[in-house]
Amino acid sequence: MTEKMKRKRTAERKTAAAGRICRRAIWICLKAIQIFFAVFMVSPLFFLVTGSIMGEAELSEYLSPVFTGQEGYACWRLIPLYPTLKNVVEVLFDSPEFFHMFWNTMKLTAGIILGQTFLAVPAAWGLARYSFFGKKAIYQMYLLLMMMPFQVMMLSEYLVLEGMGLNNTLWAVILPGVFSTFSVFLMYRFFLEVPEEILEAARVDGAGEMRMFLLVGLPLGRTGIVSALLLQFLECFSMIEQPIAFLKDKTLYPLSLYLPEIAMGQTGFAFCASLIALLPPLFLFLAGSDNLARGIAAGAVKL
Amino acid sequence: MKKKYTGYLFVLPHFSGVCLFLLLPFLDVVRRAFVRTAGGFCGFENFKLVLTNEAFRLAAGNTVKFTLVCLPLLLLLSLLLAVLVYSTGKAAGILKNCYLVPMAVPAACVALLWKLLFDSHGLVNGVAASLGGTPVDWMNTGSAFGVLVGSYLWKNTGYVMVLWIAALDGIPQTVYEAAEIDGAGRAAAFFYITLPCIRPAAFTIAVFSFLNSFKVFREAYLVAGNYPQESIYLLQHVFNNWFLSLSVDKMVAGAVLLALVAGAAVWALQRTLERQ
Repeated sequence: MTEKMKRKRTAERKTAAAGRICRRAIWICLKAIQIFFAVFMVSPLFFLVTGSIMGEAELSEYLSPVFTGQEGYACWRLIPLYPTLKNVVEVLFDSPEFFHMFWNTMKLTAGIILGQTFLAVPAAWGLARYSFFGKKAIYQMYLLLMMMPFQVMMLSEYLVLEGMGLNNTLWAVILPGVFSTFSVFLMYRFFLEVPEEILEAARVDGAGEMRMFLLVGLPLGRTGIVSALLLQFLECFSMIEQPIAFLKDKTLYPLSLYLPEIAMGQTGFAFCASLIALLPPLFLFLAGSDNLARGIAAGAVKL
Repeated sequence: MKKKYTGYLFVLPHFSGVCLFLLLPFLDVVRRAFVRTAGGFCGFENFKLVLTNEAFRLAAGNTVKFTLVCLPLLLLLSLLLAVLVYSTGKAAGILKNCYLVPMAVPAACVALLWKLLFDSHGLVNGVAASLGGTPVDWMNTGSAFGVLVGSYLWKNTGYVMVLWIAALDGIPQTVYEAAEIDGAGRAAAFFYITLPCIRPAAFTIAVFSFLNSFKVFREAYLVAGNYPQESIYLLQHVFNNWFLSLSVDKMVAGAVLLALVAGAAVWALQRTLERQ
C-alpha cells in the first residue's frame, strides 16, 4: 500500500466521521426542537397548577406589579413557597356560583351533545349512504354554513330566537349548537368510508335500513362520531360569543364566562377555578385523543 | 349507493333544524343587506356604506393580514413537527398528546394567562428585563398582533400536526424503499416523495386552519374587550360592536361580503377536490 493511498483512506475516514458527527448534531437539534415545543405547549398547565396551590399572599406578592401597576415585574416560582389547598377548598366548597355555572355548562353541553347524537349522526349517515334529490344542494349548503363565523349570523339568529321566545333561556344556546354543520361534515367523511358491499350483504340478509344504520353504520363510523362529539364538547367548554349574545340573565351564564369575571385579588381562586374547569375537557380529551387524532385526520385528509 | 327515500328520513330532522336556526337567519341577513333599516329597497347602498367604513376596513385588513401571516406559519411549523414526530419511535404518542393539550384548554383559561404573561409589568417582560432586553407593552402596541399570532399557533399546531401525520401515514412505505435503493437521500426523499404526496391534503388542512382562525377572537375579546389595540381589531370585533349598537345595515352587508369570500373558498376547495 502506497503512502498516497493510506493518506486518502484516512481522509475518507475523517470525512465519514465528520458526517456522522454532523448528522448526530442535527438529530440532537431536531429532538431539542420537538421537546422544546412539547414543553411550550404544556407550560400553561404548569402555571395553572402552581397558581392553584399558591396562597393569596404569595400570589399577590409575585403578581402585584400586574394588578396595581407599580414598578417592577411580576415573577413566578416553580414550586410555591407555602403550598396550600385553600383555593381548591374555596372553589369546591365555598363558591356556589362556581357550581351553578358549572352546571349551566354541563346542561348546555349535554343538550348539544345529545341533540347531535340523535340528529346529526343520522343526517351524516343519510347524506353519505343514500342518493336522493337535492342531496348535493344540502351538502353544499352545509359546507357554506360551516364556513360562516358566528358573528355573521348573530343578529338574524337573535331575531329568530326572539320570535320563538327562546332568548334568555339555555335553549337559545343549545338549539343552534345542535345544528352545527361541522359535526355532520366530519361524520359524513367517515360514513363514506363504510364499504358498500357490507351494506349490500346486510340488505340481502334482510336487514332494514334502520337496522343497518344502527348495527353497521354506527360501529363502523365510531371513530368519526367520537371525534366529532369530542370536538363539540371542547367547543362547549369554550363558548363565549353565543351565551353573551343570547343570554341576558347572568345566572344562566356558563363557566366559560364566569372565569373572566373573577375579580382582581382573587387570582389564586381564578387559577384554581380555571384548573378545575379545564379538567373535564382535558380528561375526556386524553381519553379520546386516539379517536380524535384518527377522526379529525380522516375527516380532513381523505376529502 | 341506494336510491331510496329513506335518505330523506335520516336527513330531514337535522335539515329542518338547520333551516330554522341557520339557513333562515342566513337568508334574512341576505335580504336585509338590500334594504334600509327603516325599510325599503336600497340596492347596494349598504355595501357602499360598509366598504367606506373605516372600522370595517381596518378590521378586514387586520383579518386578512392575520390569516396571511398565520396560515403559512402554522402549516410549516406543524409540518415540521409532524415529520419529526412521525420519525420518532416510542415517544411519539406522548409528544402527540403534549402538542394536542392546548386544544383542550378553554379560552377563558388562556385569557387569564395572557393577562399575567403579557401585561406591561407581566412575566414575559420580567424575564426580558432580567435578560437585559427592553420591556414591551404587549397588549397596547403593535406587539398585540404578535401575541395573537402566537396564541393561535400555540392552540392549533398540535391539531394541524395530527392532520399532517395522517397524510404522511397515507404514503406507502414501499415508495421510500424504492427510492432508497435508487440511492436517494433523506432530503431528496422528503422533497421528491413526501411533499408531492401530501400536497392534496395541504389544501384541506389549510381550510380547517382557516376555520379555526376565526376562533382566536375569543381570547382577544376576553383579554382586551370590545376595543382592543388597533392591530388586533378583527372583523369579529366590528360585527360584535355593530350588533351592540344595532347598526343592522352595516352588519348585514358586511356579513354578505364575508359570506361571498367564504363561498369562494368553498368553491375553490371543491375545484381542487374534483381535480384529484
